Amino acid sequence: MIDHVQLWLVIVGLAIGSFGLRFVFLGLVGNRQMPEWLLRHLRYTAVAILPALVAPLVVWPAATGGQTDPARLGAALATVAVGILTRSVFAGLATGVGTLFALMAWLG
Amino acid sequence: MTTTVKSAYWQGVRDGAPFFFIVSPFALLFGVVATEAGLNVFEALAFSVAVIAGAAQFTALQLLQNDAPTVIALVSALAVNLRMAMYSATLTPYLGAAPMWKRVFIAYFLVDQSFALSVGKYERERNWGLSQRIAYFFGAVTPVCPFWYVFTVVGALIGSAMPESLALDFAMPITFIAMVAPMLRSLPHLAACFVAVAASLVLVSLPLNLGLLAAGLLGMVAGAAVELWVKRVKPDLAPQGEEAEA
Repeated sequence: MIDHVQLWLVIVGLAIGSFGLRFVFLGLVGNRQMPEWLLRHLRYTAVAILPALVAPLVVWPAATGGQTDPARLGAALATVAVGILTRSVFAGLATGVGTLFALMAWLG
Repeated sequence: MTTTVKSAYWQGVRDGAPFFFIVSPFALLFGVVATEAGLNVFEALAFSVAVIAGAAQFTALQLLQNDAPTVIALVSALAVNLRMAMYSATLTPYLGAAPMWKRVFIAYFLVDQSFALSVGKYERERNWGLSQRIAYFFGAVTPVCPFWYVFTVVGALIGSAMPESLALDFAMPITFIAMVAPMLRSLPHLAACFVAVAASLVLVSLPLNLGLLAAGLLGMVAGAAVELWVKRVKPDLAPQGEEAEA
């Protein structure tokens, strides 16, 4: 069981910290021009951070105790392929979910 | 073609709508897990409203459940959220001119989905003004964030384990992959993604989620380096460099 004082300390601390992280550049840099070399790196934030976040979850899913799972791996690859080909978030999403359930049913 | 503020908002709503079907079960799961960990409905909801970041919330909850010290739970969850600072920096050239009170709300609602959709859209709609960009951002937030709260409460009220066959653990990975894949439209983007993925797998055992940040930074460096290289070798193929100008 979780200690409730500790829980509230974490909720409040996390609320302040998360907002601070989200606000730091938007709020403090605002309308000032940022250097070109920095902008050049920031253009790749989304395509670097999000894949880095999910890659370990795809290859070693916690739900299977860290064992590579063909269904999850196949669903991830199908999502990438359809997303790149169709340029549609929704098509990728639908393909990924469909592939996951199909493979899980098929592989048992 | 000019886009009115209203139609920019509705474009955001439309683009954000598919995430309703992913974020809702994910929030439901958080409510269930929170209840199982001993939180009451109000505490679970407060957690979701205050933090509004799934991965960080699950991290903190898991560590608290394992009797980790408060500081460790806090620092680990914040480390998971460090990417938000990079999102903030990335959106600043597009939205930094907004009035302060709007920037406060944008910052609060800055989540993976609103960030990825907005950046992707701003890169394509280069002639959009500030008001269209802001409207699109809040449009993308509308089908996502309110339901994060609502389904946290639903999950906390249900409070029993979800069937494992739903594979809800994979809702977040699939969402993020689907968001990123359409952005992989140039060599630098592909390089950034590839390097980040490879590095994240190699560095996965670093403590405090530092592997994620290191891998993300390496990917960004790779993307920027390849962009410079492409510009030198094939100037006609380079992605637009001055997109940050408001």
